[in-house]
Amino acid sequence: MPRRIVILALLVVAVISGALVLNFARPVRDLPSVSSSISIGGAFTLVDHDGRTVTDADYRGRYTLIFFGYTYCPDVCPTTMQNISDAMDLLGASADQVQPLFVSVDPERDTAEVLKSFVGNFHPRMIGLTGSAEQLAAVAKAYKVYFQKVQEEGAADDEYLMNHSSIVYLMDPDGEFVAHFTHGTTSDDMAAGIRKHL
Amino acid sequence: MKKTFVALAFFTAVAFGPAGAWAADYKVGDMTIHSPWARATFAMAKTGVAYVTIRNEGSQADRLVAASADVAKKVGLHESLMEDGVMKMRPAGAIEIPAGGMAMLEPGGYHIMFMGLVAPFKEGESFPLTLVFERAGQVDVVVDVLKDGSMGDEKMKHAD
Repeated sequence: MPRRIVILALLVVAVISGALVLNFARPVRDLPSVSSSISIGGAFTLVDHDGRTVTDADYRGRYTLIFFGYTYCPDVCPTTMQNISDAMDLLGASADQVQPLFVSVDPERDTAEVLKSFVGNFHPRMIGLTGSAEQLAAVAKAYKVYFQKVQEEGAADDEYLMNHSSIVYLMDPDGEFVAHFTHGTTSDDMAAGIRKHL
Repeated sequence: MKKTFVALAFFTAVAFGPAGAWAADYKVGDMTIHSPWARATFAMAKTGVAYVTIRNEGSQADRLVAASADVAKKVGLHESLMEDGVMKMRPAGAIEIPAGGMAMLEPGGYHIMFMGLVAPFKEGESFPLTLVFERAGQVDVVVDVLKDGSMGDEKMKHAD
């Protein structure tokens, strides 16, 4: 066997072992489990359901519950919207400290008018936001949210679907990340999870 | 005595009448279709969703292959699925109902998707829907509209 190949093989083994050791040695708190060491959130500029341009600064002073979705989604998004609304109701008077925000990742179909109609169906304090492709890309990047348009074969141009992150974030009054709720979190658990931070 | 009987009959009708109406079961071949329900939509909604539980009492598997209704331009079988925290929705093709088993169309999974709603679905209303099975054939059912974001619990409560 040529010496060069043996050296190369040894090198590969060394790199893999090294990687394994480092991986196991890594403290648990560094794992990407949305711990506070990962930066989530930041500045954004979007348009609210009344057509006003808003920024993250407009919602400072209150906790925000922020969720990304689209109104063309009748199955999953309304479930989360309802859970957020029920959690708000369960918070009682403390709900005043919390501002729920729904960010549509589908500005093409979700005009301010559509957004207003959608959020109004769930909770009177819910605010719908969306923006230009650039504004949405920026907020999605800040919040580590993924979304992608999916045009199924045979579907009309305006019948596309969206894949999107389903996480709900709780941010503190300074806009800093506090907690997250995965899809399927009940309104009871969400309310309890919010209450302990208020 | 007669008065008591009338009162009792009235009470029974009030107490169980609506429940009976809610707990609509439909049969076609070996399929029993239980409590179809939909979610109310917001006024400007273009899409809607309906759910149903189907039980197969036969010894052969069957498949739900299509659904149709005149409340929307297009009706299809869809599924939502979660992959790495990303929610995806896509056409489901056919939904299998195993022999002696059941298929549950429920929030977050398989559902009947309505695209291009003629009018928004309003809570308390109902509409006709046709389900088409590969083996059992087709059956017309009535879908009750519950509130938006509902998980169907109130329907199940009525159905018990």
